[in-house]
Amino acid sequence: MVSSVTNLGRSGLSDWLVQRVSGVVLLAYTLVVGFYLVCGGSEITYAQWSAYFDSTFMRVFSTAAVLSIVGHAWIGLWSVSTDYLTERMMGGRGTVLRLAFQAASAVVLFTYLVWGIQILWS
Amino acid sequence: MLKVSLYRYNPETDQEPYMQEVELDTGGKDLMVLDVLELLKGSDPSLAYRRSCREGVCGSDGMNINGKNGLACITPISEALKNGKGGNKLVLRPLPGLPVIRDLVIDMSLFYKQYEKIKPFLQNDTPAPAIERLQSPEEREKLDGLYECILCACCSTACPSFWWNPDRFIGPSGLLQAYRFLADSRDTATEERLSDLDDPFSVFRCHGIQNCVNVCPKGLNPTKAIGHIRNMLLSRAT
Repeated sequence: MVSSVTNLGRSGLSDWLVQRVSGVVLLAYTLVVGFYLVCGGSEITYAQWSAYFDSTFMRVFSTAAVLSIVGHAWIGLWSVSTDYLTERMMGGRGTVLRLAFQAASAVVLFTYLVWGIQILWS
Repeated sequence: MLKVSLYRYNPETDQEPYMQEVELDTGGKDLMVLDVLELLKGSDPSLAYRRSCREGVCGSDGMNINGKNGLACITPISEALKNGKGGNKLVLRPLPGLPVIRDLVIDMSLFYKQYEKIKPFLQNDTPAPAIERLQSPEEREKLDGLYECILCACCSTACPSFWWNPDRFIGPSGLLQAYRFLADSRDTATEERLSDLDDPFSVFRCHGIQNCVNVCPKGLNPTKAIGHIRNMLLSRAT
């Protein structure tokens, strides 16, 4: 078994499952919001749009979508970094670049998560 | 005359690899690629490649033929040229992703290391029967499409995930073999085998692009076997 301390769920299966489930959540969210936009056309006002996202259902759904984006993106970016930013590909610089890339990704995703929740629930 | 472009590299004399352009009179016959190499070696004995059975059984002569991995001994020139990469020229390179030892000969140590990891032998902790461990025809049938692998490495060296992580991703060939033992009714080490595979690299670096299925000279389907392993891991853990 190959060990890793930076992947999301510490096991390949959990990462794989999180990526699939988060993908389904994001697809469902895109369809629901897309349906609202298509049905509303250009008639949607700010008040209607705001009220739509103020409902408890959309708040919970949007929070699930934000969490899904963060989880999905971390697993994807972690895979990219461990494919291309490695000692094998770029010598000794690989580990430094990989850790820097992963840290930067973590900061950006954490910021989106907190910011998103703040917008949705404040 | 058949135009042939050959990957040449002798670490003792060459600074770097180069493509050698040669022409060969095939007498109008649709020879196998291995026959072409044999004829070329007749005029240039320094040409290096692996070969043994010359009938697609031993898996020694896996190479990249006009952009697609395959066995030289069972690939006719006409089929190689149909790949479309190289025009009317036969372009022969070593299998990609592993270090080249010389010309078309690659160092397969990492490939075998991954094969070794999956413990490719039957493990059974129950007392040995007097004669043999029996299987029903249905149990035996589950091994079809798995046991036929000849370890030619055409699939693993066509897989980008194996190119990037040959030391951590088992690769399609090793995983096909892993499932061959997971599916075997006589093997009792299923739990240990699955535990060894449940990390982010060994199995889950497969993104299902199916290059392995596309190139397998034996027509096997490693992607399907990897899917079965995933399902076994999933049903064990949820």
